[in-house]
Amino acid sequence: MSGFIAGAPSPSEPLRRFFQVARGAGLRVSAAEGIDAARAVDLVGFEDRTVLKDTLALILAKTPEEKNLYNEAFELYFKRDAFAGGDGTGETEDEEHTPGQSPARGPQAGGDGMGGSGGQGLGQLLESDDRAALAAEMEKAAREAGVENIRYFTQKNLYARRILDRMGLRALERGMEAMRQTGEQESLSRAQALESKVEQLRDAVRDFVERSLLLYARGETEKFREELLKSARLSNLERRDMDRMRVLVRQMAKKLAARYAKTRRRRLRGQLDTRRTLRRNMGWGGIPFITVWKQKRIEKPRVMVLCDVSGSVAAMSGFLLMFLYALNEALSDIRSFAFAGSLIEVSDILEKEPVEQAISKIMQTIGYGSSNYGNSFSDFEDGWMRFVNNKTTVIILGDGRGNRTDPRTDVIGRLSQRCKRIIWLNPEYRSAWGTGDSDMYRYAPFCNLVTVCNTLRQLERVITDILEDAA
Amino acid sequence: MNDALPAHAPLESIEAVDQGLGAAGYIASRQISTAIYLAHHLQKPILVEGPAGVGKTELAKSVATWMKLPLIRMQCYEGLDESKALYEWKYGKQLLYTQILKDKINSVIGDNDNLAVALAKLHDFGDIFFSHQFLEPRPLLRALETPGGAVLLIDEIDKSDQEFEAFLLEILSDYQVTIPELGTIHAGTPPIVLLTSNSTRDLGDALKRRCLHLHIGFPDEKLEQRIIASRVPGIDGRLLKQLVSFVQQLRALDLKKVPSVSETIDWARVMVLLHASVLEIDMVRDTLNVLLKFEADIEVAGKQIAGLTHKARQDAGVPA
Repeated sequence: MSGFIAGAPSPSEPLRRFFQVARGAGLRVSAAEGIDAARAVDLVGFEDRTVLKDTLALILAKTPEEKNLYNEAFELYFKRDAFAGGDGTGETEDEEHTPGQSPARGPQAGGDGMGGSGGQGLGQLLESDDRAALAAEMEKAAREAGVENIRYFTQKNLYARRILDRMGLRALERGMEAMRQTGEQESLSRAQALESKVEQLRDAVRDFVERSLLLYARGETEKFREELLKSARLSNLERRDMDRMRVLVRQMAKKLAARYAKTRRRRLRGQLDTRRTLRRNMGWGGIPFITVWKQKRIEKPRVMVLCDVSGSVAAMSGFLLMFLYALNEALSDIRSFAFAGSLIEVSDILEKEPVEQAISKIMQTIGYGSSNYGNSFSDFEDGWMRFVNNKTTVIILGDGRGNRTDPRTDVIGRLSQRCKRIIWLNPEYRSAWGTGDSDMYRYAPFCNLVTVCNTLRQLERVITDILEDAA
Repeated sequence: MNDALPAHAPLESIEAVDQGLGAAGYIASRQISTAIYLAHHLQKPILVEGPAGVGKTELAKSVATWMKLPLIRMQCYEGLDESKALYEWKYGKQLLYTQILKDKINSVIGDNDNLAVALAKLHDFGDIFFSHQFLEPRPLLRALETPGGAVLLIDEIDKSDQEFEAFLLEILSDYQVTIPELGTIHAGTPPIVLLTSNSTRDLGDALKRRCLHLHIGFPDEKLEQRIIASRVPGIDGRLLKQLVSFVQQLRALDLKKVPSVSETIDWARVMVLLHASVLEIDMVRDTLNVLLKFEADIEVAGKQIAGLTHKARQDAGVPA
């Protein structure tokens, strides 16, 4: 935050911390937006929370998803602020307490190893049960401990410990130990009373750190999990990760779609487009002041995808179908097929139904059986081979295990002659190819590319390559 | 910067914006007023997003009416480029002038047989053809040059190409454009800029960063009643309540395209024309095509008309 432009109003402390919270929640708050927000807040002030909320929403959140994240972050942050008594009050409470401490120290002047005014103050606060002051003290200690840097849930204990130390717990514990050792009834009961209070304090701090984690680190944790998921084997995913995965798949497909959905033109430098040059220069009586060059249109890729949904790849086919679905939304010229024992076209289902229904419908219609590649390929030849031309890319998703049926490599051979290329994506590791009933090596000669594909990251890379080559 | 601001007294507070827009016939939510207020004071464009027909374009018109500024509208489409958006040279006029001046050329350079002197003389005339007189200003340039400021509406920015979006950045952040032959033109009074988008594609981050982002969704029942009342003045209070309640229920159904505020207004006008005072099932059925634009939607809603109408009448306190 040190990079603010000179002369621009720098955001006040609470605002700056809110930016940090907003970033933690997954909003991208740039320095420029920070300055804008500060200027806007200067205009409207902090008094009216709804106006403040609207104002910051206009500047910081730029998509509907971001608006939702923003709303949550705003509520969480400013609610917490209100509970703890805000920024200024925290300081004054603290000052009020320092003088209050000294008279209390009088009777204890023996100084039986209490050590550290922090411990003393904490003991006082706990005994007087002054919750507001405790909360303020906790806020202050938390700020000193740098709790806003918390990123992972594993750091929870670390930060809780640091905050407690800063509040003087260690000293207090030493004091309590000393009290116990005196053996006097009064000191013993006092130590006991304190002990339960300390326990409560621990809980409160832990709770506080938990909330801070939620505030500052949500975006980070999400990102971390997503990174993990992207490189996890699709067949090993747990059920609870499904939803997150679904979102990831959709994002990925959307990204690919945005990049390739448009027809692009590439300028052919050096070839004059005479007709359009004349038209463009009509205003000068046809004297070519401005030259127009011929362009080459880059076509959208035409893709046919054959997806294995049999039992052997069942764990993966759900995701393959999901990706197929997303791709279907992205590319206009795509035809999708699913096969196990036989093959059907599923473009319509993918187009009309929402994603979950589409997938379960496909799986019900054709899925789970034992696969017969030969049969499925000849189905494809009978029904759809005539739509394949030299611009088509055929993608086959499957493990190539045909349960010892005739692999019909002749069909794939004919297909490879007709189409632009065949790409085979196999979820199995390379070492397993050709073992048992795998016909992968028999199909491989006819394919332009055969590759292992069992994580989302690999899938994205392969699809990107396909789309790029088609360009 | 502040001395460049026009003296728009009405923009002194958010409430003033609210009232001003109300006077211009636009019932704004608090958020919209805040956006206009901030846009003026921070001198930033507003990017307005939301479903079709919730009053994005209308907002710009109302701001213009209220502040008595000219509204300059630029509709975006694929292939829009700077010669249509910013400026173009008046080729015809340039050509015509050269033709006319052909005869005069001798009198200008006639006496000099020295080539260098003749060229120097011609040089003085050269710049005339690329001066302001031969410049055809398009919406963006006009918005910058209008004395006293203007309201610039860049409609459906998501329909334009990505390159055009990048081209807009200079105007949006500094209120200036660069014309190679003339130099950089600054806005005398920065216009109030509104961009609208229907989110058919994601806009670039650079553009979004320069704008305030206002999302207008469907209004709640209270706000919609106020909007209809202001747009369809002659409407009966009870009918109004029923209409709005009906439309609000329609929006909860699973439809391809839910009716938007503009459709509610149209429907209200139809009802007033038909002299209706309460919602009748038959009448609703006959006029449903005003609200819904897809055959499939009309079919879905058609089955539930009786229930929806009944509920709407209950909400408005009309005896069944």
